[in-house]
Amino acid sequence: MPAIVPTTTTKADAPAASAGSSQRRSRTAYLLLLPGLGWLGVFFVIPIATLFFTSLQAPVEGRSGVYQAAFQISNYAQALGDYWPQFVRSFIYAGIATILALIIAYPLAYFIAFKAGRWRAIMLVLVVAPFFASFLLRTYAWRTILSDEGAITTALNALHLLPEDRILNTSIAVVLGLTYNFLPFMILPLYASLEKIDPRLIEASGDLYARPFTGFRKVVFPLSLPGVVAGTLLTFIPAAGDFINARLLGAPGDSMVGTAIQVNFLQFRDYPIASALSFILMAFILVVVFTYIRRAGTEDLV
Amino acid sequence: MSMSSGSASLGFEVKDLELINLTKRFADFVAVDDLTLTIPAGSFFALLGPSGCGKTTTLRMVAGLEDPTEGQILLGGDDLTRLKAYQRPVNTVFQSYALFPHLDVFENVAFGLRRRGIKDVSAAVTAMLELVELGNLARRKPGQLSGGQQQRVAVARALINHPGVLLLDEPLGALDLKLRRQMQLELKRIQTEVGTSFVHVTHDQEEAMTMADTVAVMNQGRIEQMGAPVDIYDLPRTRFVATFLGQSNEVSGRVTGTSGGDLLIEGAGSRFTLPVTRSAVDTGDILVGVRPEKLSISAQGSDIGDDVNYVTGKVTDASFTGVSTQYLVMTSWGGEWMVFEQNRSLGGTLRPGDEVTVHWRPEHTFGLAVDGSAAESA
Repeated sequence: MPAIVPTTTTKADAPAASAGSSQRRSRTAYLLLLPGLGWLGVFFVIPIATLFFTSLQAPVEGRSGVYQAAFQISNYAQALGDYWPQFVRSFIYAGIATILALIIAYPLAYFIAFKAGRWRAIMLVLVVAPFFASFLLRTYAWRTILSDEGAITTALNALHLLPEDRILNTSIAVVLGLTYNFLPFMILPLYASLEKIDPRLIEASGDLYARPFTGFRKVVFPLSLPGVVAGTLLTFIPAAGDFINARLLGAPGDSMVGTAIQVNFLQFRDYPIASALSFILMAFILVVVFTYIRRAGTEDLV
Repeated sequence: MSMSSGSASLGFEVKDLELINLTKRFADFVAVDDLTLTIPAGSFFALLGPSGCGKTTTLRMVAGLEDPTEGQILLGGDDLTRLKAYQRPVNTVFQSYALFPHLDVFENVAFGLRRRGIKDVSAAVTAMLELVELGNLARRKPGQLSGGQQQRVAVARALINHPGVLLLDEPLGALDLKLRRQMQLELKRIQTEVGTSFVHVTHDQEEAMTMADTVAVMNQGRIEQMGAPVDIYDLPRTRFVATFLGQSNEVSGRVTGTSGGDLLIEGAGSRFTLPVTRSAVDTGDILVGVRPEKLSISAQGSDIGDDVNYVTGKVTDASFTGVSTQYLVMTSWGGEWMVFEQNRSLGGTLRPGDEVTVHWRPEHTFGLAVDGSAAESA
């Protein structure tokens, strides 16, 4: 005990001397936070609050498109009752697109991280390159690629592989569009976590009798889990709320929640229903994300 | 049957490791050049050399992590050359360990057993953790261990598989000096206890000499000299070995003849004799060498006796280190020699500026080829 006392006092002395400067430093830190907090307040908290109040508004009798403050919770029941097929489709399409993106992105990210050598930087640029063109434009391009007279459709039809004899304006096209559009959001986090893995761990697993696939399953994959979780979330969340792909590539019967929200806001001008749909979507996504993170059990993610 | 130490339950099968004409060529350079050597079962063998000499490449070829361009690798007579790393009965302690960060100590050590389909691993893992004195840390993750502890886990993880030979790639490089000394003894103890061959790659000559029974000094993809540490140190056969393994003082000369079993040499205004058996060349130009602790130093003009080799010079530096005094002597031909003199007599140390004679016994001399390339002997 006596030996500890002097060390504690000397340790306590040092911070005391610099207390003034450290206080000033922490004030600077808060000051630096201000722009970010202001941004969040203006562009996140206020819109969310507005949206929430809108979702509870009731129509003004006799005037279409005009609403007044109310507490009409039935908006939520109505939104869910009218649009539950869109919700189901959204989650199914986004789920399939996420799985496809994972299957395509993992080998690619693995290759870039471990095998690309001096091509690594170029390959990463190529992954990001599609962002240089607008999202809308790229999705329109897919209309041409998948069109009924296009090479892909013709070839697959010759083999009688298409149930509806076409790809465009089917759910297949919507899922393909979603997969394509959100693929970089899967590749980049996967790459980031694969790249951190020491290649010697792969050698070590081989040295310890693991065949290449076992080594992957027991060492590389578990270590890349944070990337898998981040990538699937970054793909699934925007894909579930997307309205462009269903609109441009699908038939009216393939519409997703995003489409329903857009139509309600801009065409029907039913703001309360559109807002309620947005909130329900948000709630569903939060539930999905939290259960997923729980199951995946990655402490490093949050 | 319960044993207090792990060795009996370990049951290693010891095997000779043979490398035959092993060669590794990369695009534009030869990393390992036609290497042939046998590492006897149960030995502690060190491959010593500067970075880039091919020692690590050799080790990686034995482990199966690098394919040889030519040559064969045999373990106990079985040809391993074409086997993949995971098929070889050989395990490696990697430089900076390469422990699996997502697995705890127990699972790291159990990894090899599980991959071979062994169901009940806990007795073996516990015994192995006892051997490396980590029994109480089984559930820690590698990130929570100190460098020395990680090192032990790496050794345990490899040894538990009863490898025919254990490969160690600069295993102590990441540790601080004190811990390194301790682990040197520790590794030696483990090797004695389990009895399997250890092949140890290092650039640290002291480490190699402390631990290994046999040291092979490698340079530019070839083995320059191989033998027991004391033999190589005492009688280096090439200039590279003489300077890489310890320190050496040299003077160039010419062989003028022989007398009995001795070579007679003239050089730097002096005459030297040296036993023919201790020289790598027996005619023409020669480099006469001697280790600094074999030298005696005395003021010029004092009686040094007959039958000794000597050079003269001037002391440029004298540092007293307690057990010995280390002198730097500028010799008459301008070379700098180092002399370690034990402080056995009282007082009378020499000072910088003193003219001195440095002398030694002919049987402590070694002769080297001048260009450092010759000398087939090993």
